[in-house]
Amino acid sequence: MTHPRAKAAALRAIFEARGAQVVEPPILLSAETLLALYGEDIRGRAYVTTDALRGEQMLRPDFTVPVVQMHMAEGAEPARYTYAGEVFRRQELDPDRANEYLQVGYEVFDRANPAAADAEVFALMADVLAPLGLRAVTGDIGLLMAAVAGLSTSDRRRARLMRHIWRPRRFRSLLDQYAGRAPMPAQVDAESEAPLNGLRSAAEIEARLAALAEDAETPPIPSQEADGIGSLLKVQEKIPFAIEQLRDLSVDMPSIEQAVERLSARTEALRAQGVDVDQLDFEAGYGRTSMEYYDGFVFGFYAPTRADLPPVASGGRYDALTRRLGKGAEIPAVGAVLRPKLMMELEAAS
Amino acid sequence: MSLKLGVPSKGRLMEKTFDWFAERGVYLTRTGTDREYAGEITGVANMSLVLLSASEIPRELAGGRIHFGVTGTDLVTEKLPFWEQQVEVIAEMGFGQADLILAVPAAWRDVHTLDDLDDVAAQFRETHGMSLRIATKYHRLVREFLRTEGVADYTLVDSQGATEGTVANETAELIADITTTGETLRANHLKILSDGLILRSQATLWRSRTAEHVDRAIWDAFVNKLG
Repeated sequence: MTHPRAKAAALRAIFEARGAQVVEPPILLSAETLLALYGEDIRGRAYVTTDALRGEQMLRPDFTVPVVQMHMAEGAEPARYTYAGEVFRRQELDPDRANEYLQVGYEVFDRANPAAADAEVFALMADVLAPLGLRAVTGDIGLLMAAVAGLSTSDRRRARLMRHIWRPRRFRSLLDQYAGRAPMPAQVDAESEAPLNGLRSAAEIEARLAALAEDAETPPIPSQEADGIGSLLKVQEKIPFAIEQLRDLSVDMPSIEQAVERLSARTEALRAQGVDVDQLDFEAGYGRTSMEYYDGFVFGFYAPTRADLPPVASGGRYDALTRRLGKGAEIPAVGAVLRPKLMMELEAAS
Repeated sequence: MSLKLGVPSKGRLMEKTFDWFAERGVYLTRTGTDREYAGEITGVANMSLVLLSASEIPRELAGGRIHFGVTGTDLVTEKLPFWEQQVEVIAEMGFGQADLILAVPAAWRDVHTLDDLDDVAAQFRETHGMSLRIATKYHRLVREFLRTEGVADYTLVDSQGATEGTVANETAELIADITTTGETLRANHLKILSDGLILRSQATLWRSRTAEHVDRAIWDAFVNKLG
């Protein structure tokens, strides 16, 4: 039987043959970078180790961050990269999930035509996975972001909602508050005798009290707009019907028009790549609970008879991640990873 | 072979544990010198006593090296993922009650809820270029709680003792710690968030699910005596 490592090498060779440059990112990454990106949650999902010189290091939980860093530091444009190797995921909640497994990836950094780049990555994965008969699910985080950006409310409220796009529960409770459907928790102590300890200054407290007072005067988000977000998140259809529904929604929610057109352009690009888009599922809420910094197209490939398995492949667009790691620079980027060992298990079973 | 009972080796927790068992006709005593961690059990046959730090008892239970153990719910849930699979509650003992809570400086007039905290965390990061620091020794419980509640942009700073003092010392902006009466919090000018209760804890007698219970008779005799 083939070793998963050989399978990984073979997959990487396919991507290399399609024009990707092979890269070998380090296993140990600066914990500081990952913590700044993902917050404390990453500690629950990555292994941390230390040394006296470099401080905290993390065993790479994915390849995206080091590949982006490498590209931003020294890459030429446009670029296509491929890699194969282990990622390490600390498991605190599910003992059946692997804490170390192989990934093979393909990443595209290209400004020219985002729709075509999205389609290229998806079609390549679909191609490699075709013999396994997987079900693909697609989504687009850009739609929700556009809808939030278009809400008629204060900058402060839009910014708070935007920050929690990937945390559906808090997003929902904020939206309910801002739409006047749940009470605002704003409560303020008249005075406090306590001495002010710690780094947070009196000026910061006063500034937030002023912001809260202003926020209390902000009129609620009209229910039509709040409902619009709810309807948007419920869209779950084969892509052509999803686009139809989204176009209908955009009549009352013009802020999403451009995002819907991007989805439409991507769909045409997918069709041009030979993807059967009429049978391709679209879920507007897909990809919101992963910690990845996807902010546009998202997708995953699942084994229909094995709901217990994680996605065999997943990917998406992460323009914002390049902005955060690029120190001022940015480049549109999209990529995906495969799990060779899962592919082998499914091949053996079929 | 005898069955092993692990109990806290010092302080009020040990004394209360001894009292609790004594009320049920099981007598725990320390033997040897004051400093020697050895003890014995009378009133029930074939049980042996192991004196341990309360924080090590969860690990010993999970490893099956002791059959029964007394320690707080906080330590079991913090240290043992899937604790239900590794240990089972025999009795809640009614003492050692404590709440694991989030507390912020009382002078933060604008902060009362997790929603406020999350808002402050975003602003703090923007202003100071670093995440809001939460001092705690309960890393896993706090992280899981804040993830479920959707609070972001914070960092956990390890604090194994005198956690209430970290804010005044400027090594943290707020704390997640165990409190019973709230007096230490007040003395350190901290207040509890209204929805910041992470866990209610009390001293609990646990049974290890992983230890081999070789002699059912000893086991029954012990548990029946406590019933």
